[in-house]
Amino acid sequence: MTNELFEVKTGLAEMLKGGVIMDVTTPEQAKIAEQAGAVAVMALERIPADIRRDGGIARASDPKMIKEIQQAVSIPVMAKCRIGHFAEAQILEALEIDYIDESEVLTPADEANHIWKHDFKTPFVCGATNLAEALRRIGEGAALIRTKGEPGTGNIVEAVRHMRTITTEMANLSILRTDELMAAAKNMGAPYHLVAQVAKTGKLPVPNFSAGGIATPADASLMMQLGAETIFVGSGIFKSEDSEAMAKAIVQAATFYDKPEKLAEISEGLGKAMKGLDMIEINPEDRMQDRGW
Amino acid sequence: MTVRPEYDELTIGVVALQGSFAKHAFSMGKLGIKCRAVREPEDLKLIDALILPGGESTTMTLLLEEEGLWEPMNVVLETMPVFGTCAGAILLGQQVDDERVHCFNKIDYKAERNAYGRQIESFKTSLIIPTMLDHDFEAIFIRAPKFREIKPTVQSLAVFGADPVLMRQDNVLVASFHPELTEDSGIHKYFVDEIVLKSR
Repeated sequence: MTNELFEVKTGLAEMLKGGVIMDVTTPEQAKIAEQAGAVAVMALERIPADIRRDGGIARASDPKMIKEIQQAVSIPVMAKCRIGHFAEAQILEALEIDYIDESEVLTPADEANHIWKHDFKTPFVCGATNLAEALRRIGEGAALIRTKGEPGTGNIVEAVRHMRTITTEMANLSILRTDELMAAAKNMGAPYHLVAQVAKTGKLPVPNFSAGGIATPADASLMMQLGAETIFVGSGIFKSEDSEAMAKAIVQAATFYDKPEKLAEISEGLGKAMKGLDMIEINPEDRMQDRGW
Repeated sequence: MTVRPEYDELTIGVVALQGSFAKHAFSMGKLGIKCRAVREPEDLKLIDALILPGGESTTMTLLLEEEGLWEPMNVVLETMPVFGTCAGAILLGQQVDDERVHCFNKIDYKAERNAYGRQIESFKTSLIIPTMLDHDFEAIFIRAPKFREIKPTVQSLAVFGADPVLMRQDNVLVASFHPELTEDSGIHKYFVDEIVLKSR
């Protein structure tokens, strides 16, 4: 049964492939996202750039706001809970959210443990900065992995680092002998059965998406060419000058990520992308990607 | 499964704008049949049959229209065999309960999107498909549609409860579930053997 349920959970992620999932804070934004061709929306009260600016504790969103967004669109609606906050996740499941993001964008609720996601019928997506972290999350039941990047920065550099790290680490596993995999699992701090599976197949056992810093069609193309199967855009859309045009352009870029002439056309005259933040402007303790264990 | 020599001559186009297109190509690949991603009108000239995959029907409608694929596809599908799964099956029908999604009107029913409910109501079940397979088919339903006002021109090949979930009308095959997500390529093989090859 567990296995069967897991196929149903990853099944929805398969349907989102080649698409764009957009952060939205109001039903109006959700409609703009849907009309632009988003495959799903992430309902949250504040986009990461504003969470970063405002400070304080960031929690799961008001169910009222989530319900209004669910009513506004027909595409899947995702929502975030704090790392380790299984009660928030239970509430999101009661709301029949389509995917729960156990997210580093919110303030962690547990400094040692993540949610045991196998207990839920609702699928989970989790962020990862490297392969071991991805496999621990999958071991806990995540049905979808995304790079963390550095949320709310409009700076792609961390998402690139995370995607390249995961890809390289998978390639490194695939050349090991069977009798070396237990030691690899021990050194990585990842479940043995998943390490062995990646060594055999050369890819993650669940879909692999990208998030954290995507702000232009070219950013989306870059992440897809590096191996991402779908793009999450947080602040990049509603912090840009012309949100509708940017949303539409990033949707097209996710489809035509490998066609430069097409991307040139898509990228034309979109107005200013979000301003963004250089990594040196962020205090080490404010880095969201370091949340999660 | 036996690879037939006729398979070598075939190219199946898979609409690859968004959704589970890679999984369909993988299912065909297991049969030894090559696929071609269809993203631009020119791609339609190089294929023998078409697959419209699962995904989000709103997104697919937008991209099909924006990329100028809608009209050429509409023309090609007058004769070309087509297999639509989930969102693809919605697009092939006459009408749908959502103005954001458009239809090709190639099979006589009306679709109701997400008719089973949200993701929490998604499920896997065994289907009996007597005219097609000698074994049960493990079918995965993801936010699946249901079909209403099904005309007698449509042949039901499998039901779940009272609802037809696998149907055929001439050269059009549709499933409200996702055969591309299961190891079993039996339904893909039926599409090729009984529809694509026989229409040549």
